Amino acid sequence: METLVKVENLIHKYDDKIVLDIEEFELNRGEVLALVGSNGAGKSTFLRILNLLEKPSRGTVKIFGVFPTNNKQKHILRRRMAMVFQEPLLFKSTVYNNVSYGLKMRKKNKDFIKNKVLETLEKFGISHLINRQAGTLSGGEAQRVSLARALVLEPEILLLDEPFAALDQPTREELRDDLYKIIRKENQTTLHVTHDRNEALVISDNVAVINEGEILQRGRTESVFNRPINEFVANFLGVETILYGKITSKRNGLCIVSINNQKLEVVSDLGEGEKVIACIRPENVTLLKYSLKAPLTSARNSFISTIKDISSYGLVYRVAMDCGFNLTSFITRESLDRLNLKIGEKIISSIKATSIHLLSRK
Amino acid sequence: MDIFIEGIKQAIQLLVELNREIFLIPWRSLLVSGPSVLISLLIGMPIGVIMGLAKFPGRKLLLSLIYTGMGFPPTVVGLFVALLLWRSGPLGYLSLLYSPTAMIIAQVIIATPIVAGLILAAMQQLDPKLQLQALSLGANKLQLLWTLIKEARITSLAAIMAAFGGIISEVGSAMIVGGNIKGKTRILTTAIVLFTRMGKFEKAIAVSIILLFLSFLANFALTYIQQRERIYWKH
Repeated sequence: METLVKVENLIHKYDDKIVLDIEEFELNRGEVLALVGSNGAGKSTFLRILNLLEKPSRGTVKIFGVFPTNNKQKHILRRRMAMVFQEPLLFKSTVYNNVSYGLKMRKKNKDFIKNKVLETLEKFGISHLINRQAGTLSGGEAQRVSLARALVLEPEILLLDEPFAALDQPTREELRDDLYKIIRKENQTTLHVTHDRNEALVISDNVAVINEGEILQRGRTESVFNRPINEFVANFLGVETILYGKITSKRNGLCIVSINNQKLEVVSDLGEGEKVIACIRPENVTLLKYSLKAPLTSARNSFISTIKDISSYGLVYRVAMDCGFNLTSFITRESLDRLNLKIGEKIISSIKATSIHLLSRK
Repeated sequence: MDIFIEGIKQAIQLLVELNREIFLIPWRSLLVSGPSVLISLLIGMPIGVIMGLAKFPGRKLLLSLIYTGMGFPPTVVGLFVALLLWRSGPLGYLSLLYSPTAMIIAQVIIATPIVAGLILAAMQQLDPKLQLQALSLGANKLQLLWTLIKEARITSLAAIMAAFGGIISEVGSAMIVGGNIKGKTRILTTAIVLFTRMGKFEKAIAVSIILLFLSFLANFALTYIQQRERIYWKH
C-alpha cells in the first residue's frame, strides 16, 4: 500500500508548551482515517501541519515521499491536497466563483473549469445554487459549496477539519451521507478530524485517537472501539461501564474477574492475579425480563439488576442499572415497550464473556 | 442675506452657462487628484496588505508612523515639499515648484498613509483562516494577496474614497506648492480661497457647488456599492 503521508518524531510547541508529540503517523492511499479527540487535543494543528500551512517545531513530515524544505516545494505539494475547515470560509462571490477558485489558481482553461464545476455541483446536489451569492446561502448549503470547492480539485489527500460541527443534526447527517458516498465511490484518501466518536464510527475504515497532542491508539475502527488500549480511549470512545477488579482465576482462556463481590467471566489473554479494568459497551448488554427461573443463554454473565434510570439517547434508550456495580445498556424503543421497563423494577442483564474488554491496570 | 441669494443666483447662472473659466478649475483638480490617488494606491495598498498580514520586527513602530501619517496637516506637508523643491533645496534643480507635479507629490504624501492605514485595518478584519483556506486551495503568494484584497474590497474602496476626499478638498499644500496659477495650478480649493478674497462670491459659490457635487458623487458611489454588498453580506 502506498504511503502518502509519513510523520516521524513530530514535536510542535506554542510558547514552549508542547501541543503535539507524535512519534509516528502514516496515511495510506485510499484510506479513510478518522482522527478523534476532544477540543484542544491538537487535531486541527496536526491537520494544518500536514497541509504544510504550519511548520512543526521539530520532526519530519513527508508528503508523497517528499520532505519539503522550501516554500516552492510546499506550494507544489499543497496543490495535490485540499482542506475543508469547520467554517465554510467562502469568498464574497458567487457559488460558481467559489467552486472554480482552486482550478483558476492552477490556471486551467475555461471550458475545463466550467465542466468540472458543473459536474461537482451536480454531485453535491447544488447545481441550482450556481449563480447565488455565497453570503445568501444557509449553513448547510455553504458547507456543501466548501466541500465541492475542495473536491473539484480531485485532491490526492482530502483533509477535513470538523466540517459538520457547526451544522444542526439533520443537515449534518444528510451532508455526511452525501459526502461519504462520493468519498467511497472515488476511493478518496481522507483524513477526517472530529470530536464526535459516533461520526468516526460511521465514516471511517480506521481511527486514531488523539489526546493532549499524542496519538494514543490507531487501528481498524471496529477494533479500536471494541479493544480500547487504555482507560482514556475507552472513556472517550463511549465505553460507558468501566469497572476496576482483579483476575482471581483463569481456566481455558476464561478469566474470572472479581468486582465488588460480583464475578465477571471474561475471555482475555491477561493472567491470574492481575489488576484489571473491565470495559463494557452499553450496546453489548442484553436485558431479559426478570423471572425466578434462571434464563437459558449462551452469555456467561447474568446479573439481577435494579433499574435506576431510563433516558432517551437519540434513536436508542439508555438504561442505567445497579447490579452490585453500575451497568448501562442501550435498547430500542420497541424493546423498552415490550419489556415494559420501569425505574425501580428488577431485570436481568446479561453480557457475553467475549464482549467484555479487559485492560491491564499497572 | 442678499449677498447669499445674489451669490447663489449668479453662481447658478455661471454653471448653467457652462462658464469656461469655472469649468476648467475642476478639470485641473481632477488632473492633479486623479493621478495622486492612483499613485498613493500603488504605494499604500501593498504597504497596507503586508502590514495587515505579516508579522516582522519593527512592525509596531511602522504602524505608529502610518497612523501619524494619516493625520498629517496638509499645510505642513506643503511646507516640506516646498522646501524640497525650492530653487536652493535638494530637488530644486528639477524646477518643479508651482507645477501640477509638485501638487501631486504633496497629495501623494498626504493620501498614501490614509490608503495604507485603511487597507491595513481592512486586512486585519478578515478571518485569519481565510488566508489558510486560500493557500490550501492552491493559491500562491501573489494570488493569495489578490484574493485577500478582493475579500476586503468594500473597505478598500472606502480607503480610495477617503484618500480622494482628503486630497480633493485640501487647500494648504496645494496653495504652497502649486501657487494657484490660473490655468495651471488653480484647483477647486485654491480658486475658492482666491475668489473669496477678491470678493467674487458668485464664482466662489459656483466652484464650491462643483466641489460639493464631486464629494457627494464619490460618497454616493461608495455608499451605493456598500449597500449593495450588504444585502449579500449581513455581517
